[in-house]
Amino acid sequence: MIGYLIRRILYAVPILVGVNLITFVLFFMVNTPDDMARAQLGAKQTTPAMIQAWKHEHGYDKPLFYNSSAKGIEQVTDTLFVRESFRLFLFDFGRSDANRDIAEDIKSRMGPSLSIALPTFLIALVTNITLALLLVLFRGSVFDLSMMIVAVMIMSVSGLFYIIAGQVLFSKIWHWVPISGYAEGWESIKFVLLPIAIGVFAGLGAGVRWYRSIFLEQVHQDYVRTARAKGLSEIAVLFRHILPNGMLPILTGVVVVIPSLFMGSLIMESFFGIPGLGSYTIDAINAQDFAIVKAMVFLGSVLYILGLILTDISYALFDPRVTL
Amino acid sequence: MLIILLHPTLFASVWNSPYPEREMKGNTLFGVFSSPPKHLDPVLSYNANEWHIIGQIYEPPLQYNYLKRPYQLEPLTLTSMPKITYLDMSGREVKKTDKTVAYTRYRLHFRNDIFYHEDPVFAKQQDGTLLYGALSNSMIEKLHSTSDLPIHATRHLQASDYAYAIKRMAVRQYHSPVLDTMMQYIVGLDQFSVQISKIAAETFRQHKKLDLRPYHIKGVQVQDNETLDIVIHGKYPQFLYWLSMYFFSPIPWEADLFYQQEGLKHKNLTLDTQPVGTGPYYLAVNNPNRRIVLKRNLHFHREYYPSLTPKEAESASIERQLLRDSGKQLPFIDKAVYTLEKENIPLWNKFLQGYYDASGISSEAFDQAIQIGTGGEMGLSDAMRKRGIRMLSSVSPSVFYMAFNMEDPVVGGYSPAKQKLRQAISIAQDQEEYIAIFMNGRGIAAQGPIPPGIFGYEKGKAGTDLYVYDWENGKRVRKNIETAKELLAQAGYPGGISMKTGKRLKLYYDTVATGPDDRALMEWRRKQFAKLGIDLVIRATDYNRFQEKVRKGKVQIFSWGWNADYPDPENFLFLLYGGNAVVDTNGSGINSTNYKNPEFDALFREIKTMDNTPQRLQKIEKMIKIAQKDAPWVWGVFPTSFTLLHGWFRNVSANAMANNTLKYKRIDVKQRLKQQIQWNQPVYAPLFWIVFIAAILILGMVRIYRKAQNVTLKRDEVQS
Repeated sequence: MIGYLIRRILYAVPILVGVNLITFVLFFMVNTPDDMARAQLGAKQTTPAMIQAWKHEHGYDKPLFYNSSAKGIEQVTDTLFVRESFRLFLFDFGRSDANRDIAEDIKSRMGPSLSIALPTFLIALVTNITLALLLVLFRGSVFDLSMMIVAVMIMSVSGLFYIIAGQVLFSKIWHWVPISGYAEGWESIKFVLLPIAIGVFAGLGAGVRWYRSIFLEQVHQDYVRTARAKGLSEIAVLFRHILPNGMLPILTGVVVVIPSLFMGSLIMESFFGIPGLGSYTIDAINAQDFAIVKAMVFLGSVLYILGLILTDISYALFDPRVTL
Repeated sequence: MLIILLHPTLFASVWNSPYPEREMKGNTLFGVFSSPPKHLDPVLSYNANEWHIIGQIYEPPLQYNYLKRPYQLEPLTLTSMPKITYLDMSGREVKKTDKTVAYTRYRLHFRNDIFYHEDPVFAKQQDGTLLYGALSNSMIEKLHSTSDLPIHATRHLQASDYAYAIKRMAVRQYHSPVLDTMMQYIVGLDQFSVQISKIAAETFRQHKKLDLRPYHIKGVQVQDNETLDIVIHGKYPQFLYWLSMYFFSPIPWEADLFYQQEGLKHKNLTLDTQPVGTGPYYLAVNNPNRRIVLKRNLHFHREYYPSLTPKEAESASIERQLLRDSGKQLPFIDKAVYTLEKENIPLWNKFLQGYYDASGISSEAFDQAIQIGTGGEMGLSDAMRKRGIRMLSSVSPSVFYMAFNMEDPVVGGYSPAKQKLRQAISIAQDQEEYIAIFMNGRGIAAQGPIPPGIFGYEKGKAGTDLYVYDWENGKRVRKNIETAKELLAQAGYPGGISMKTGKRLKLYYDTVATGPDDRALMEWRRKQFAKLGIDLVIRATDYNRFQEKVRKGKVQIFSWGWNADYPDPENFLFLLYGGNAVVDTNGSGINSTNYKNPEFDALFREIKTMDNTPQRLQKIEKMIKIAQKDAPWVWGVFPTSFTLLHGWFRNVSANAMANNTLKYKRIDVKQRLKQQIQWNQPVYAPLFWIVFIAAILILGMVRIYRKAQNVTLKRDEVQS
């Protein structure tokens, strides 16, 4: 397995270089360093001297990919792309164009993002699996049919609707929780309850339908018939036999998203005033803050690759037929 | 159920309060900010959101009187207004009217009873060096904020702190947005900037701290602890307004050196995030992504709520309630909590619940908040009045206009035909309709570049653009479209068809309004031009490209806006001064329409250095008439801002120029708490319904399950 991991990590390097290259090309196609300087300086009258000073301080006075004024290897290394990419691979995100430490910002925003994303993920997983098992238990009944209709209805409505409706119902009309906001420690519970509840509910339709189909595949397997023939109750069959066998596709589908939980949710965090990472990249794009954009794209790619590696590992751990 | 069971404030009087109970019961203001402030360093900050915060912390020498109108400057940290002396080239004092005036000296005499708020930057060792000037990495690692450091101290404000701030402004690496403007005025600032920026580059390269105390600007002289002289080139009366801006806030050298420590920068603890000032408040919490908390500065100097004579109160339309605290010591509020609210819906609902003391009116909430009377006048809706909410409205010192590029061969130029073409387009643009449709009536149609409240603005017929409006029965009436068509024909485009080419006139409008919400606006624009038979082509572009096109003069027609830096007509008229034409200044000029009229320019140079006298007013009127005839802009709109205030929020006066207004405001905490509890009682009934439905569902499922388990298969079913 260690050999496999090393191989996968080495494969990740060219992927990350490629992602970085695309980020650089796309960003600088839309924004020139002069535009970035103007946006950051925020002055009503921006002079060439101001722009030059800003570009020099942030290193944007260097050529992007090829430095014709340098000599030898420096023609390639003394460029914005190589200098910034190298730092990223060392996880040195540097300072934003607005002069804030990016690593410190990510660290301080990751907690609030996780305070919603992680409980939502776990509660949704448990709820979806439980409901899916219940539907499998009552498969073909009116209950199953009506729940499937409800699931499709839940899936069909935009997540934004749930957010606004949830805020109106639970906060504005019933006065149960704050409409938005955040606090540190235990105080945060009352702020995250509603976003978590909405997050779980909004994902209920798709989750339950998916897990139900996985469990239904198992229901007709020979081992299930054998278990029933042994005289086990339907609940015992579900929990002791169907659930463990159905967990393999569920785990592999779920593990891949775990690392990306750190990145937060843009809409949820905006509406609930959660100071997480969700809007960090979008705000940076709007502010033309390339330092943050490249750092977040890089981090997102790393987490995605990590998710894929974890998925492979989980295959090997849970399915004895698979070896890495 | 989960929500209720896990609720940490299950036994509190209200469940939905976003604040801890101690904060709700305290003398605290609850406000919002819509985007995280990027810079709190006064050398850098140039944004209303940021000034709203630092305005409570830093104190420049002057401030705007909170209540007097027109806006009037008064001493803030000075004992009196600056003493102004005019000097000739040799430095000899001369009369103001003397033609040999080469310099103006502003002598600033500071109060000696002003202290900074307590801060660890002032903690010193016995030898006078900073106690925390060289923090170890392990100490820095433990810090969440510099206030975690145990020893805090304060010191007197000194004239040298203001000189230090100007020296910081000169350092290119600090990116002051006004350095290039100030270099034109402050004597020696340009040479000093070149010199100190070189030193700074070398110092920063060696990772050393830059101490500006040993360096001096020729035109900025510290006479003693309380006296500072600033000498500027020639005459520039608007310099006084600059002295009320935060670029001229005092910076203690201790704070500058303390925050240059490398380790602190990695924790985002810099002067850009941790202001150190003498104002009524200090920054207690700075989480720009969530909330900003200001607390009362216990060392704040004596300052009193302003008083007005009955005549002044009448001319400024000041209500009596606003004068109840006259003469009382400031500030009234102990703490201010500002929360980041990016979305309008939560903000509005929290305001209605009483968790914010004031709110603007978003388009989503407009119908709920405002009702329009039969005469078109706007007032609060009954629902708002029942809650004791009040409305404050004022015309902002801003202008939004549609500009013609005067360098453009089709719409630009100064010939009578070109003037008539632009006048015709100006008439066709129905600004009143625009304001009603797209601004919910929140604005007034402009007649020139100067908004109400600024010297030079005139009401009535005298202030009417008679090229666009008629004055009928004491009212402005937009000229009819036939007049516009006639002008267009005289310009060489009868019915919108060019007499030269026989083709329909096609004009190009550049805009950044590319979203789906902007479609209606663009359609409206097309319609306005279509009234004259002109085809309008919308060229949508991103903001960077749009700016570039404007800078290079590659636009034909576009919309633009301006917010006043200071309440002087010069700050608006310079938008049309030929010397500021954007194409002639390598893109750094402010005159984006490239309007250049020698007569207008000559008058501008005169009014620029004049006091607000009848002679100045006369010249300004003349300038506006010239501009109205040339019509480089379709004058557009002066926006009106509306603010809603709860009944418990007092002493709030609309002052668009002052940012340091928190100290004047007052909260009736008891009333607020009472109404918050009254408005936010939890509703229990849905809880019982949820339990009831869940119980029925569970029981039903158990029953179905048991039934299914007890089914005995019949013989034929088994066989099949």
